[in-house]
Amino acid sequence: MTVKVPVVRDILEANERLAEDNRRVFRDAGLFVINLMSGPGAGKTSLLERTIDALRQEIRIGVIEGDIQSSYDAERIGQKGVQVVQLNTGGSCHLDGNMIKSSLEALDLNQLDLLMVENVGNLVCPAEFNLGEDMKAMILSVAEGDDKPLKYPLMFQESQVLVINKIDLLPYVDCDVGKMKERALQLNVNLEIFEVSCRTGEGLDFWFDWLRSQVRERKAELDGTKT
Amino acid sequence: MHEMSIAQSVLDIVLQESQNHKVNRVLSVAVKVGELSAVETESLRFCFDFLTKGTLAEGARLEIERVQVTCRCQECSSNFTVQELIFSCPACKSPKVEMLSGRELSVESFEAE
Repeated sequence: MTVKVPVVRDILEANERLAEDNRRVFRDAGLFVINLMSGPGAGKTSLLERTIDALRQEIRIGVIEGDIQSSYDAERIGQKGVQVVQLNTGGSCHLDGNMIKSSLEALDLNQLDLLMVENVGNLVCPAEFNLGEDMKAMILSVAEGDDKPLKYPLMFQESQVLVINKIDLLPYVDCDVGKMKERALQLNVNLEIFEVSCRTGEGLDFWFDWLRSQVRERKAELDGTKT
Repeated sequence: MHEMSIAQSVLDIVLQESQNHKVNRVLSVAVKVGELSAVETESLRFCFDFLTKGTLAEGARLEIERVQVTCRCQECSSNFTVQELIFSCPACKSPKVEMLSGRELSVESFEAE
């Protein structure tokens, strides 16, 4: 006899549960956690390096590096003297809640204010998997073109922040930043947008200030729950 | 691509529920996939067929229902289907909209014997 079994379960529920666990751990430690996502080569690691150089004296930063293979990025970041863990996904195109959970043992969260997670370079898959982060930031370089919001809508929908990188290349590429921003905002009107060059440093002060205020807010929240 | 992880999660859910309902064989599985989800349906089918081999769900049909992206305007309260990924109200042009559907990724039901 054939029976129809009703289910109605979220396919990603297992990941959502793990992400929630991570979120609780981060909240308890008073950490602000940001998930950096982009296509390969948009400048995630360069943005991390710049950010660490600018903020390390005032903010305790930890980094989780996600890559399919190699520890090249973690070595780059490790030279800065901050806590860093390398995750190798072994072929998988994105980080998930479970990978983050397993990497936390290697970090002393109580000694951190800001945790930056560098996702695997990919404009599609990472957007589907929550990690327990406070915010998702996507980095898009002008060299990739102003049409990307049209082609990878989920990424722009899921992110709260858009960092447009490599603006020093604008004279050499056919990219209309106005159009890029307009298309991104059509997908997500709440996007916080920064226009920067990690190479020259242009525009990065706004990004640093924004991060400072996010970390401050999180600390204030933690102090508020303690009193 | 991440369709393999999605297919594995679909199968995990179906096998769990099969055990609860004491069925011997799964014939078909109905899933909902929102148009905004970054899931390619043919690739999902391929991964599902591959993963189900040797399980209760071997040979089961994966029935995929795509769900349109719809929103409600927070200014004028009208509901609309999002066309060409423009998330603003066609009636009053407000960009303040709340998504009602389009991000689905769920196992709805399955048929078994």
